[in-house]
Amino acid sequence: MNTSVMLGLPAMPPPAPDGVGNLRGVEKFPAAARRALADTQLRRNLGKATTTIRAKRAQVVAELPDWEQLREAGRQLKVHTMAHLPDYLAQLEAAVVARGGVVHWARDANEANAIVIDLVRDKAVDEVVKVKSMATQEIGLNEALEAAGIAAWETDLAELIVQLGHDKPSHILVPAIHRNRAEIREIFLREMGDVDPALSDEPAALAGAARQHLRRKFLSAKVAISGANFGIAETGTLAVVESEGNGRMCLTLPDTLITIMGLEKLVPRWQDLEVFLQLLPRSSTGERMNPYTSMWTGVTPGDGPQEFHLILLDNGRTAVLADAEGRDALNCIRCSACLNVCPVYERTGGHAYGSVYPGPIGAILSPQLTGIEDNASLPYASSLCGACYDVCPTKINIPEILVHLRAKHTETYADEHRVPSAEASAMAAAGWVMSNPKRWALALRTGRLGRILGRKRGVIGEVPLPLAKQWTDARDFTRPPQQTFRDWWAAEHGGER
Amino acid sequence: MNAREEVLARIAAAHRIAPPPELRYEDISREYQTTSDSETAQLTELLIDRLVDYRALVRQCSADDLAAEIADALADRRAHTVVVPSGLDSLWTADFSGSVLTDGLLAHYQRTVSELDSLGGVITGCAVAIAQTGTLILDGSPGQGRRVLTLIPDYHLCVVFPDQIVADVPQALARLEPTRPLTMISGPSATSDIELNRVEGVHGPRTLEVIIVRG
Repeated sequence: MNTSVMLGLPAMPPPAPDGVGNLRGVEKFPAAARRALADTQLRRNLGKATTTIRAKRAQVVAELPDWEQLREAGRQLKVHTMAHLPDYLAQLEAAVVARGGVVHWARDANEANAIVIDLVRDKAVDEVVKVKSMATQEIGLNEALEAAGIAAWETDLAELIVQLGHDKPSHILVPAIHRNRAEIREIFLREMGDVDPALSDEPAALAGAARQHLRRKFLSAKVAISGANFGIAETGTLAVVESEGNGRMCLTLPDTLITIMGLEKLVPRWQDLEVFLQLLPRSSTGERMNPYTSMWTGVTPGDGPQEFHLILLDNGRTAVLADAEGRDALNCIRCSACLNVCPVYERTGGHAYGSVYPGPIGAILSPQLTGIEDNASLPYASSLCGACYDVCPTKINIPEILVHLRAKHTETYADEHRVPSAEASAMAAAGWVMSNPKRWALALRTGRLGRILGRKRGVIGEVPLPLAKQWTDARDFTRPPQQTFRDWWAAEHGGER
Repeated sequence: MNAREEVLARIAAAHRIAPPPELRYEDISREYQTTSDSETAQLTELLIDRLVDYRALVRQCSADDLAAEIADALADRRAHTVVVPSGLDSLWTADFSGSVLTDGLLAHYQRTVSELDSLGGVITGCAVAIAQTGTLILDGSPGQGRRVLTLIPDYHLCVVFPDQIVADVPQALARLEPTRPLTMISGPSATSDIELNRVEGVHGPRTLEVIIVRG
């Protein structure tokens, strides 16, 4: 009998299914990162954008004397909510239904996409307008709609740039962060069809072109699809935080609104928004408040969509919840502050991570949503410097979870392979050497052999040996000294300890 | 099992595999600021500073001069026809020489979207204004209108009275009825999507003007 049955433990909730959505990359992080690093334009664009946003964030965070108290409240609210999900989900559902909304539950991406397609077909339309939403990117909704013959119009400026450029998003908040103004102008001229060729690359002119391009779409749209930043269990109120007004257009003009919300977006009570509406804008765009926040509860006669559907999405979230050391990744409010401060993200950009969730939060969220083996290289895409933890508005200890996931990956690998990995063999050998003082002293002296290498530059570059190559192809080593510390100590102090 | 039952069963399973820490709602730490001893005059100054910082236009006047100030703002804007929500005090537009259309809450009395798109602007009041963040909040009450009314016209003129100004986000939310359709507005429509710099003017009103009535 298997031990989990003996202990009476229930089955692990399943991860997000493969073959749908955008949580898995086609190649491993090191290979993708190497290509990104070679793109000097990309590195310049990212360096400029992340430097700008880091300064803005630091300034508005410093304005609030109670920032740390807000972070702690945010953390505790999330921890409490995750521990009481069933109650709060039921409460949210009842409140939305009481106000004229319809609530659907989706086990995974396929089920959520099917629900949306059915609802859109029911309205006999072949196009929808969309508010930027990580959840819909995660489940590959646009691809599913296209396959069903329904055109999805992205209305967020950055999403529009990505969509028109036949590109992939590379940042949670600003999916087109990898493009500069000149590149955006080129995409608009090539793809929009109705743009004045004299369009300049001034950001204000580019924003004006997007306004003109989407205006008619907004005014004639029948169905809109959105995500949600927060869903309040107590009242059934949903909130979308945005800048441009495209969100307000989608949330108020069409007759039908379909909102897809990950289970973890729940907030217990209305009052709790006072914490998150202070944490989110300052952490994400570095503003005291974002230009527009819309909040609605079910259907309001005479104001906005008269038909409202809320889809509650699992897609691997319950699998994350089942890991005591990793589940805090669900506490993320998608501000993207951790991306902007990450030395790895700043150099590689978001595409290298493969998943729609890039950067430090993506490195802990994507592998947990898909199961560690489908994103095994991501927990290693970090130097563990801890900058992400310092800025996280809900105090997710990202470095600790990265280390946990590395250990989990090593264990999973060992369980599935008869021959241990090169790293595991090296660790076992190191353990044998270090457990005996004589063996250790001998090993250190042997290390002086490394002086043969790196004579020219004073550092050791790439070493073309198995294992050593993996470590040294991206790192330089200091050349070992002539004398080991132990030999020096013995020479200076004789036999004294 | 249907999807609802299965998702709830998965959560129950996750909680059994990894029991969550015990933290009651009442015990959640809330040591952040929820009160302010700032006086109305200070709050008004802060609100103006924050509105201007996010590129809103700001005017100030006494209650007696409100109609003249509104007429002056609309003249500067060269607006000939404006829309107001039903319930807006008709005295506010008494000095305005152009035409004033009214938009009702009932579908029958609502202006079409293309009509709103062709107008010179919209005038509303607000429910609350947050000094610390420069935010106006509209809740659809009389004089504030349905949500599209302050979205489609390219110019939004909003009147704020001293008793509507609060210090911060916690005090603002405490004054609101959450189930009303709510819009929080902080400056004109903007985007940070090009090189992460804030640029005004995308889909919402490209000009936001605020008249603060002095107490």
